[in-house]
Amino acid sequence: MLRIESLSKSYTLDTQALNDVSFEVTEPQVVAIIGPSGAGKSTLIRCINRLVEPSSGHAILNGENVTSLNSSGLRKARRRMGMIFQEYNLVERLTVMENVLSGRLGYVSFWQAWRRSYPPEDIADAFKLLERVGLEGYQDKRADALSGGQRQRVGIARALMQKPDLLLVDEPTASLDPKTSRQVMRILVELAHELHTPTLLNIHDVPLAKNFADRVLGMQDGRLIFDGTTEELTEEALTRIYGEEDWSVDTKKNVDEGVDTASTAFKATST
Amino acid sequence: MIENPLLRHGLLIAAVMYLAWSLGSLEVDWARTAQGADRAGRIFSRMFPPDFDRWSLLLRGIIESLEMALAASFIGMILAIPLGLCAASNIAPRPVYLVARSILVLTRTFHEVIIAILFVKIFGFGPLAGVLTLVVASISFIGKMLAEDIENLGDQQMEAIRATGASFPKVLIYGVMPQILPRYLGVSIYRLDANIRHSTVVGIVGAGGIGQTLSATFSRYDYDFSLAILLTIIALVFLGEFFSNWVRGRLR
Amino acid sequence: MNQESSKAGYPEIWKRFTPTQTLVRYLWFMGIVLVAVWSVRHLDIPWFYFLDAHVQAADLAYRMIPPDWSYFDVVAQPLIETIHIATLGTIVTFFIAFPTAFLAARNTTPNQLTWLIGRFILVASRSVNTVVWALLFVAIFGPGPVAGIWAVAFRSIGFMGKLIAEAIEEIDHGPVEAIEATGASRLKVLLIGVLPQVMPVIYGTSIYRWDINIRESTVLGFVGAGGIGIQLYASINQFAWDEVSLMLLTILGVVIISEYVSALVREKIT
Repeated sequence: MLRIESLSKSYTLDTQALNDVSFEVTEPQVVAIIGPSGAGKSTLIRCINRLVEPSSGHAILNGENVTSLNSSGLRKARRRMGMIFQEYNLVERLTVMENVLSGRLGYVSFWQAWRRSYPPEDIADAFKLLERVGLEGYQDKRADALSGGQRQRVGIARALMQKPDLLLVDEPTASLDPKTSRQVMRILVELAHELHTPTLLNIHDVPLAKNFADRVLGMQDGRLIFDGTTEELTEEALTRIYGEEDWSVDTKKNVDEGVDTASTAFKATST
Repeated sequence: MIENPLLRHGLLIAAVMYLAWSLGSLEVDWARTAQGADRAGRIFSRMFPPDFDRWSLLLRGIIESLEMALAASFIGMILAIPLGLCAASNIAPRPVYLVARSILVLTRTFHEVIIAILFVKIFGFGPLAGVLTLVVASISFIGKMLAEDIENLGDQQMEAIRATGASFPKVLIYGVMPQILPRYLGVSIYRLDANIRHSTVVGIVGAGGIGQTLSATFSRYDYDFSLAILLTIIALVFLGEFFSNWVRGRLR
Repeated sequence: MNQESSKAGYPEIWKRFTPTQTLVRYLWFMGIVLVAVWSVRHLDIPWFYFLDAHVQAADLAYRMIPPDWSYFDVVAQPLIETIHIATLGTIVTFFIAFPTAFLAARNTTPNQLTWLIGRFILVASRSVNTVVWALLFVAIFGPGPVAGIWAVAFRSIGFMGKLIAEAIEEIDHGPVEAIEATGASRLKVLLIGVLPQVMPVIYGTSIYRWDINIRESTVLGFVGAGGIGIQLYASINQFAWDEVSLMLLTILGVVIISEYVSALVREKIT
């Protein structure tokens, strides 16, 4: 499905944001990428749909090498990759429906986009997705009138409108409170499984990652240093990724209840 | 205001010295200036009562000024869009950005009247030169505001729209336009108001409008008609400002 | 939830605006275009002038380059005069705008009539362009920089007065009431209670207006009110384009420097 081959990115000459990262996603699973701030998680995600241009290496989606496409080919490839952002990145002055429909922008003509005349099946899909993320009846609200959690649900709906072959998710919960974070994550992961969409998910919140992901990638200093299931993400592995720390709170099984304290404890130590 | 007494007194002394220098260096015909109060009295007495008898001439000038302002605002508003886009560092390529910015700086530096007189020399006397002057001023003003608004937008929503596979024009109409449209319209309306004010002056160098009539009355010592024109201009500007505030209020 | 089976149940039409809203938007749009088109047509613009505009412009550029650098000696003095006109005009404004602003601010004006007078002065001052004021003052004082200084000052009163009046209306009333409570006279209340609070605004707007006035002063000479405009007008009328381009360059330099100085000073005092 998705194969990453020694992907590297350096913004300046002497620092490597991404250093020879390779991995493969062969089944529709939710892959969480964890690691300290500045480890290159966000750069990795953005190099795949080339919002950031990688310096070298390849990203191959369903047999197509995204890194070697020209700009129109890239636009076609981007249609197949839905992206969800930390700050939601909605267009604030547009309605919820327009934001959701913007997921189809790659498929309609300029004039259709201008007139907001999308095909009927797109509109039905949009209504369905809005209901699915729990925003039924919100279609005519303006995006800037929504709460953070609601905005992120619109963000999810927009990404899924693309009927993507791959979901790229960049810190979806970093701007949300713990309860909303869990709700958003649940919707996201449920939908990803339901639609059989492989999902690459940046997240700094280890308990959330352990709770919702099928597989975990650990990054440090631009390198991939851990790849395994959530069970394999032991205290020892976390120490390798983040450095020495008491991880017992985070590795407890009952994270469902302990999430609030755990995530705040984690933030306090990591920053 | 200034804590340091040395600096404060130093500034004061510098200010006094500047005053002495500037007043001394101005070439002033003091004898002529001394008659000022006297002449002012005579001019004002000739101004009253304002003479509205030639209202048809007045009306023609005012309408021409108004038309110049409207036409120039509309053309300027449209042409400002490409210039504004080119002058926004976050969407335009570096060379395009630099060229657009230099155009903005150049056009903003020169007073409308200088631009007007150059256009009069190229296109001859009449409203065409005036309209072109106001168009240049409008493009420059609206374009600068537009560029700054786009730069202040940040990359977030544009990034999101780009990530859906949308082409650049679609990124513009979805990621940029909705966010800046209200302010763009507000600035354009403000510019209409400014153009009404400026349309009354470009005529002084022959570029059409009521300014041409006004300047003629001064050279003919026709002061009662001058006052009538001035009062009309004040009323027009006042109405323009009122209208512009009303529309901008409605745009939220 | 089973997505496939529920598909039929979702609406397939969604409109951003109701038909009435759409109609109103189109009417606005058409109204604006109509007014613009009518204006352009009614102006009787000789469009054929545009046919050779590019030739004219190229010819003009050709005559402007290179600028006549030697003419700088002639221009230096008028250039300094231009700056003086702007500076002295701004200083005069400083002393007039101030009392006018107190009249035009609702919380410091003595009564309704004085408020109206204050407002009228501000509106009238702003409605009349600097060049028009210059026409009037040239008639009064004769040609020369004195007329220019007064023209600059009279135009700036409205600008500065309006901003200062707004600042006065937004002041903190605590100190003012405290001083009123001591039984101080009206003037004392203004000087001690109000003035210190608006002083930064006054300095800021003065500097800002000074920089605008530099730009305005460059054209006062067109109507005989002093400054570099006199030479510029003369050279344009004699079609001495290499002199014109030199003067445009010096004006460009002075305006950019003054803008920079003004921004620097305003940053320092606020």
